[in-house]
Amino acid sequence: MSDQKMNLTLKIWRQSGPTAKGALKTYELKGVSEHQSFLEMIDQLNDELVRKGEEQVAFESDCREGICGACGCMVNGQAHGPDKGITLCQLHMRTFSDGDTIVIEPFRAKAFPVIRDLVVDRRALDRIMMAGGYVTVRTGQAPDAHAVPIPQEKAEKAMDAAACIGCGACVASCKNASAMLFLSAKASQYAHLPQGQPERKDRAMRMIMTHDLLGFGNCTNESECQSACPKEISVKNISLLNRDYARATVTLENVSG
Amino acid sequence: MTPQEKTLQSNIPEGAIHEKWDKHRFNMKLVNPANKRKYSVIIVGTGLAGASAAASMGELGYRVKAFTLLDSPRRAHSIAAQGGINAAKNYQNDGDSIYRLFYDTVKGGDFRAREANVYRLAQVSNEIIDQCVAQGVPFAREYGGYLGNRSFGGAQVSRTFYARGQTGQQLLLGAYSALMRQVAAKTVEMHPRTEMLDVIVEDGVARGIITRNLVTGEIEAHTADAVVLATGGYARLWYLSTNAMGCNVTAAWRAHRKGAFFANPCMAQIHPTCIPVGLHKQSKLTLMSESLRNDGRVWVPKKEGDKRPANQIPEDERDYYLERRYPAFGNLVPRDVASRAAQVVCNEGRGVGETGQAVYLDFAEAIGRVGKATITAKYGNLFDMYQRITDEDPYTVPMRIFPALHYTMGGLWVDYNLMSNLPGLFVLGEANFSDHGANRLGASALMQGLADGYFVIPYTIAGYLAGVKPGQVGPDAAVSKEGIKTSEAHFKTLVEMNGKAPVDDFHRELGQVMWDHCGMARNAEGLKKAKEMIPEIRERFWKESRVLGNGREFNQALEYAGRVADFMELGELAVDDALNRTESCGCHFREESQTEEGEAKRDDENFTYVAAWEWKGEGKPWELHKEQLDFEEVKPSTRSYK
Repeated sequence: MSDQKMNLTLKIWRQSGPTAKGALKTYELKGVSEHQSFLEMIDQLNDELVRKGEEQVAFESDCREGICGACGCMVNGQAHGPDKGITLCQLHMRTFSDGDTIVIEPFRAKAFPVIRDLVVDRRALDRIMMAGGYVTVRTGQAPDAHAVPIPQEKAEKAMDAAACIGCGACVASCKNASAMLFLSAKASQYAHLPQGQPERKDRAMRMIMTHDLLGFGNCTNESECQSACPKEISVKNISLLNRDYARATVTLENVSG
Repeated sequence: MTPQEKTLQSNIPEGAIHEKWDKHRFNMKLVNPANKRKYSVIIVGTGLAGASAAASMGELGYRVKAFTLLDSPRRAHSIAAQGGINAAKNYQNDGDSIYRLFYDTVKGGDFRAREANVYRLAQVSNEIIDQCVAQGVPFAREYGGYLGNRSFGGAQVSRTFYARGQTGQQLLLGAYSALMRQVAAKTVEMHPRTEMLDVIVEDGVARGIITRNLVTGEIEAHTADAVVLATGGYARLWYLSTNAMGCNVTAAWRAHRKGAFFANPCMAQIHPTCIPVGLHKQSKLTLMSESLRNDGRVWVPKKEGDKRPANQIPEDERDYYLERRYPAFGNLVPRDVASRAAQVVCNEGRGVGETGQAVYLDFAEAIGRVGKATITAKYGNLFDMYQRITDEDPYTVPMRIFPALHYTMGGLWVDYNLMSNLPGLFVLGEANFSDHGANRLGASALMQGLADGYFVIPYTIAGYLAGVKPGQVGPDAAVSKEGIKTSEAHFKTLVEMNGKAPVDDFHRELGQVMWDHCGMARNAEGLKKAKEMIPEIRERFWKESRVLGNGREFNQALEYAGRVADFMELGELAVDDALNRTESCGCHFREESQTEEGEAKRDDENFTYVAAWEWKGEGKPWELHKEQLDFEEVKPSTRSYK
């Protein structure tokens, strides 16, 4: 396996705290291996910064396998970088070339305030989940798992939607900072399954109302979210949710909660 | 009875193995519904065990406070489990049963787990699947609409339920959704980005925790009537592992320093199918699901130093060494056996790839048999993941794999009720030592996490709380204030470290010593060397590392320094434990104790016990307490997968 080394110019958003003023700062980084992951490239920068006595760039990551949803930045204006269907931790430096300039910024949205540098507060996504991202079943209430057969096709569709990792790339990529892809993925996971039926309309209503209250914008069908999504969640989920929402506005008398 | 014996009572209920849990549930005291709200419970960690426990106890009416160092409970490392979750449903009609799952797990753990715990685990396994399906977890299904299963290492039945290669994610999101429902219902108060730094202990009883808010740096005391740790494992002690960057031992270690015994710290699982270490400075390793061994065949060239590309090595010059050595289980031998066998062929100079530290996992035969489409349907996402990391196409070139640290069987000692030797301190999931003995079987970690959280702790904690008066220690008590002071002082020392090197240097160095001397194979000489090296690295860590910024802000370097400081101490204990256990068992392979064929040789006469270590103070040797293990059902035998 060959190993091309490259020299890069990095322009990284530095912001010392939620209320501090931020700015892009330029760094020259040399000798980056093409086999390094993007985050290992930032590790390398941080290593050099600390040795020089400068504070490291704050960024978030945990599993580094593309499943936890912790990582994510705008790389040259694209959420999770230029490659399709992956998270930032799965992006490898072989995508870039020697001499490239890379601009790295946090996910930006009104509902995602910056905590420091590239780290943002995404608790608003948890609040949407609290509003209805569940099936109401207490521990111990469940019937036998085989009590209700579920057609394979339905289960697969539910799984396609359930693959969402809650990273927030959809929000950061949307010009309206809408979280409709995120919330529709959860709602349609349940909408495809018999377990999700009893609360279906109520769920759609409550999640959307909460979404709007939190400062996320409306969906205007540009599908930027779908192209940025590392799990390639489809905007069809939004259509399904909108239908459920429309039905709910017509038929629901009271929204619980 | 000496106090020492008293502290290690496992509290296994009387009766036949299949009646113990039922009888115990009946005999335990209950907290009546109206009284539950008077009791508060702290849960640290929101992975499978912590989230399921917090949700279930919130539903019951306890006042729960849940803590995670991540920004959301949904990101806990349980999410990365790919392969599946075991249950004894016998939906395949292939001879499975609760007893067989129990038997396989005890045998798989090489007879170093507690029988009664394992039996209970097998008993509740079926309820877990029911619960998850009811929550809307989209498990894989057959055309008829019923659940599909696959087989996993160490079992000859198909009992593993799965959701593509994302089973951990789907189960965690199920538990997380149940948890968020309780947060909305205000039965659970959620504290994200909050790290536990210490346990508050008064008169030998756990009364709360000290935490640090990772955004503001504020150090606080939280008190409760019981504290539950579900803080995961410590595989990052070895630096390179499949664990997430944030996985650490701090919560468990701080509890240990406050008196909780640490059991079997040397027992760490090295998973056979990971992407090998490369030549650049890596931050972690990536697992390729064990399920791949259902269809992939593991081989190396027969000839030493054969550098030809895989496709130019003819069939008769390949050594399918697992199939050759273990004809009954073939490529599906348990993880410890598969890992060691890989190391053996690499030591013989038959390893592949540029480092020579890898073996092939080859799908050519399976693709020929069932077609590429079927293989894609089963493992597509794993193949993609492999290609992205290595830049090689596993459909045409065999995968290169090598063992890597993955899971730790050791952890805080707990009794049958999952309570540590400190009353009021419970430990769930990977953070405790209880169910996997010396080796964990595939698809059993998810099972244990959810068993502990959904179906064990809600009962056993009631048994404890029913006997205590609620609200005895508050956050303003002297002991709480003292705890805050101690943690503040600890963090002050950390933030004032003013050397030149990043903390990472010392963590890496520690990990290398652990891998070299306390990794896949261990011997007295190497372990003694490690025992000398670790304190020396620790000393340099405190003298030469540098943490910039201050303690009153979001400071990732500072968080990391605190965690590495604790790994430095744990490393020494793990080495002590490995030195003490002169037998080989499961993942703990002492080179001095092997059969003529190179298999692990147990010493049941001297080591049929759990080694539980007591912290005696800085710079003092740990004290060993033993819990003898009785095998009434499954008689210890030489594990054979031949």
